[in-house]
Amino acid sequence: MSAQPILELKNVHSGYGSIKALRDVSLKIYPGEVVAIIGANGAGKSTTLMTICGIVPLEKGDIFYNGVSVKNIAPEKLPPLGLCQVPEGRRIFPRLTVEENLILGAFYRNDKPEIQRDIEHVYSLFPVLGERNRQKGGTLSGGEQQMLAIGRALMTKPKVLLLDEPSLGLAPIIIHQIFDIIADINKNQETTILLVEQNANLALQAATRGYVLETGQITLEDKASSLLHNPEIRKAYLGE
Amino acid sequence: MDSFIQQLINGITLGGIYALIALGYTMVYGVIQLINFAHGEFFAAGGYVGVIFLSFFTGLGYMETHPIFCLTASFALAMMYCAYLAIGVEKIAYKPLRKEARLAALLSALGVSIFLSNGLMLTQGVYDKAYPSELFQGGFSFGIITIGYLQVLIVCLTGALLVALNLLVFKTKIGMAMRATAQDKTMSALVAIGSNKIISLTFGIGAGLAAAAGIMVGLYYGSVRYDMGFLPGIKAFSAAVLGGIGNITGAMLGGLIIGMVEIFGAGYISGEYKDVFAFIILIGVLYFKPTGIMGENIDDTRV
Repeated sequence: MSAQPILELKNVHSGYGSIKALRDVSLKIYPGEVVAIIGANGAGKSTTLMTICGIVPLEKGDIFYNGVSVKNIAPEKLPPLGLCQVPEGRRIFPRLTVEENLILGAFYRNDKPEIQRDIEHVYSLFPVLGERNRQKGGTLSGGEQQMLAIGRALMTKPKVLLLDEPSLGLAPIIIHQIFDIIADINKNQETTILLVEQNANLALQAATRGYVLETGQITLEDKASSLLHNPEIRKAYLGE
Repeated sequence: MDSFIQQLINGITLGGIYALIALGYTMVYGVIQLINFAHGEFFAAGGYVGVIFLSFFTGLGYMETHPIFCLTASFALAMMYCAYLAIGVEKIAYKPLRKEARLAALLSALGVSIFLSNGLMLTQGVYDKAYPSELFQGGFSFGIITIGYLQVLIVCLTGALLVALNLLVFKTKIGMAMRATAQDKTMSALVAIGSNKIISLTFGIGAGLAAAAGIMVGLYYGSVRYDMGFLPGIKAFSAAVLGGIGNITGAMLGGLIIGMVEIFGAGYISGEYKDVFAFIILIGVLYFKPTGIMGENIDDTRV
């Protein structure tokens, strides 16, 4: 773990007009980590990711990526820097084909042969996408769409990947497959991962560290294994 | 039968022109869900830029010696002028309202339409401006059917522009990005597609096509007028709705149908009612199938 966090939120406040969704949120994510944010519905997990990406406006505080403030950088300028999000609900472009979705992940890149190689790499991670490469994104099943969303994000060559509820609405066997791939992306591609999950058990097993978010505030921060064994967490989020 | 074929050819010519204009409505709607009521003014402005340059070239005598160069230059200049005009209009009159209710931008569009049309009247005068008349006289004759050289030019050029647009939108990365922006702007930003650039591009392309149509109409009817954008504008809008607003193929199809119906209606029913047919179709579509021919879901905007 190096000394400088690759992504840091300092006293972030953000929200939607008069609705304050985040209050004084501070996070540090170090290179190579898998960090999980767990919390109930409406706690502000997705807002945290959308604020990092500049989609939800930052009201107070600051966000640092590699030590540089990104609060005034337009959302579309972030993926070229290596910061990419797979948003909640996957948000595949439904009327573009699987392959077109992947090509758009590489929209800012001009290295054609490299892009083609990366597409092949995504197909090797998710063979089902290769089989359906000419199919419209909207015709895929939920699990396939999640795979495509992750594959599309990989096409941006992320250094930090923000994942919002990758398990949402998927069958257990698909969830395992997807979490295996997430672990693989973290290890083999040295991508730092910030994972947001309602499924706290799953998230904390995949993560190295975790934050607990409650009504827009961070209430707890610890190693993932400690959180898993924390009686209060087990009671509140793991259904005991 | 002969007159049927003649009408058919005239219908294709007019329909192609409507299709070119309709594309601007449908593309802009696809990307920002705005009916750009100022779109007809880009068509008129194109007609004027065309007449200015064609008259200029004719005056210099270049039209005799280098006709292809003069035509290409006039089309290119008019299309570029209107593209930048539309991009400017979007930045000044629509972009500041993007987060407001949709009605605000719609009213702004009506205002821009009045502004541009009056601007044209103040700078170019209230009277018709004639296109150089010696251009493209004559045509191919087959018995009593005549296909004017000008009609051939219009149909070929329209076809080329439609093919080029299809290639751009459906085969290139920037076209993919346009379609993605139409489908989900937030997600597009998350994969590094800046929606402002795509929106500018969409306005530019739409207005460029309308400008080309403006010159064609000027050449075809021999003159342009400051308020010439109004009627073809709303007919092309009807065509876009008929095809399914937001759908590019639909707009092309809708334009052709409206052009055909207008010509055949004028030929076989009554010439006095020729402007009415497009609106009968518009009302019919809105009543029976508001999503149009190619549109599937009215909330599900598409390019």
